[in-house]
Amino acid sequence: MRTLRMFGAAVTAAAALLGPAAPGALAGPAASAARTESSAIPATPGSDAEAGPTEAGTTFRTAAAFRPGQEATAQAATGDYLYWVFPADTGERPAVRAAVTLPAASLRHGPATWRIDVYDGLRRRQPCMYGTQARAAARDAAEVRLTCVLRPVRGAADPWAGDPLPGSYFVRLTVTSLPDEDLGQPFTARLGVDVRDEGGAHAADGPPAVPLVPGATTADVAEAETAAGRTPAVDAAAPEDGWASAWWSDRWLWTAAGGVLAALAGVGGHALTRGSGRPARTPPGA
Amino acid sequence: MITRKRLATGACALLAALSAALLPTGAAADEPVAEESPKVELVLDVSGSMRARDIDGQSRMTAAKQAFNEVLDAVPQEVRLGIRTLGADYPGPDRKRGCEDTRQLYPVGPLDRTEAKTAVATLAPTGWTPIGPALLGAADDLGTDGATKRIVLITDGEDTCAPLDPCQVAREIAAKGIHLVIDTLGLVPDARTRQQLTCIAEATGGTYTSVHRTDELSRRVRQLVDRAADPVVPPVATRGTDRCAGAPLLRPGVYTDRETFGQHRWYRVEVLPGQELRASVSIASDRQVHRDYGVLLRAVTPAGREIVRGSEAGDGRTDVISTGLRHPVPERDDDGPGDAKPAAETVCLQVSNSFSAPPSVRTTPGMPVELSVDVVDGPAGASDLAAFGLGRGWWLLGALVLAGFLAGLIRGWLSRWRVAVWRTN
Repeated sequence: MRTLRMFGAAVTAAAALLGPAAPGALAGPAASAARTESSAIPATPGSDAEAGPTEAGTTFRTAAAFRPGQEATAQAATGDYLYWVFPADTGERPAVRAAVTLPAASLRHGPATWRIDVYDGLRRRQPCMYGTQARAAARDAAEVRLTCVLRPVRGAADPWAGDPLPGSYFVRLTVTSLPDEDLGQPFTARLGVDVRDEGGAHAADGPPAVPLVPGATTADVAEAETAAGRTPAVDAAAPEDGWASAWWSDRWLWTAAGGVLAALAGVGGHALTRGSGRPARTPPGA
Repeated sequence: MITRKRLATGACALLAALSAALLPTGAAADEPVAEESPKVELVLDVSGSMRARDIDGQSRMTAAKQAFNEVLDAVPQEVRLGIRTLGADYPGPDRKRGCEDTRQLYPVGPLDRTEAKTAVATLAPTGWTPIGPALLGAADDLGTDGATKRIVLITDGEDTCAPLDPCQVAREIAAKGIHLVIDTLGLVPDARTRQQLTCIAEATGGTYTSVHRTDELSRRVRQLVDRAADPVVPPVATRGTDRCAGAPLLRPGVYTDRETFGQHRWYRVEVLPGQELRASVSIASDRQVHRDYGVLLRAVTPAGREIVRGSEAGDGRTDVISTGLRHPVPERDDDGPGDAKPAAETVCLQVSNSFSAPPSVRTTPGMPVELSVDVVDGPAGASDLAAFGLGRGWWLLGALVLAGFLAGLIRGWLSRWRVAVWRTN
């Protein structure tokens, strides 16, 4: 543990000066001493983020899962490709934020370009609408911050379209260019996702089938898996409160409200033109 | 605004789910998942240069031993660990003998910490640096079973046993389809060592670390051993053909194959009406390639009509390039006679790449291809533009209110007119 702590201190030495420590904010019960120390770096997605996984995956299949609102951290060597995966649902617009604490400037020989890429559950690259997806860090920079705001997740899309659909989203963080002699130096990364609800505007095209989750299966296979005591991939990759029901969107409210207003307007219009009812001289029973 | 279907997942299930999320369903989800514990072999350079005292003021060997002790203490229970040395025994000048000097110090299996530590303690920096032969030996030690395997190579110098190129050796080991990753650690590496070690790591999808301090070394090796312990179902090796006819029929699962520059690989998948085919492909750039590259995945009917494609291009440094596609097969209206199961549609998948490399780069074995195939219940077809034809927004409200108002007006006029007609009669 002592060596771990020393390591953590060295890696974050430069960054520790940047801001006040956020003690405990990231230190879950499982977090080790080194991780507690590295929380001295100001948290990227907000200091109230709960602790996520402390290791990252190195391929799509081993990507470390975390949920929006959590902060995933990882320590790795420059040149590594780090993978995380998070769920996003219809009508949400995920914004991925990453902060990389660079290796000590004394170990580096030149500028390096860092980059995050986001892929959907089908491993199709998803473009960033806003944000700095790639950034060059000067030789003496202590930290690089990257952002990628995705397009809002739609309810459904053509098979020919690459629109973001509900399902898993992979984030890959890596350095894309650097002097060769800087490869293999230790760095720390912290990554989080904010999700903004965009409402039913994107609940288009009818309900989709199954969220785009790697390993998704047909219903009967999923049932068999549940019976065998395993969690089906789709349920395992679900957001905290499950995948949104395909039947619901706020379009129901809009349409119903429109109906009510139309009815009221109809009654009003009728009342305007109908006059005061039957003429007074009308004999009863006519 | 969005109500969600609450899934009955308890706190425990949630944790399990998080880790299980990474597990792709096996080749067939109804088959039991292979439960073979992962194997790791630490390969340690004990060549003469390990005497150099430049890691925290101690010799590289001392640093390595200290790191090994810490790592051995922290090895997860389920990992089967072995240790192999290179250059530990022959101090002499004979190059041929020096280059055969690699031996298994501790066999791959359940770890006896005391025994392993004692074995490591006996090591003293001695001979040559035969990395290539050591990697071959390590691959043999790890065997060919279905477990995930990892070699962690710790060295301070480049291979001194040309012409056997350790980088090519690594690529060939990886191509045997035995789910093996080689991670390399360079102790105070020079440019050539770094180049060689990055090449070895890249060839197998592993990582390279340059180490200047003891604690870095032990932390990194521990991290790599822990990574090996992550439960991941290894993909199934398959072999695509160069035409759709006779291509291997894939069931949902994850597959690996190899594809050289400009080669096409075909596979077939059967999809029932009402189901959706989802396929993703990743091609790893495991050697030096030209700057621009791409991958194309096409779903084609057996007759040769393209249904849908996924493509991706990129440039610069990358580990893999990936793309995917989905193809919902519509429900048939004519159900056919009785309860007969509707015939499955055969979809051919073609994987091609536009990688290229300088002539000096060897093209065989091909680059690793990872293909994952899922079949899910799909929607019969896209319905209206909006979900269920429902509308949304102020214009909709305005239009509805206006229409309702007009309808009310007309209804009012009508009733007035009828009253007038009734009165005149």
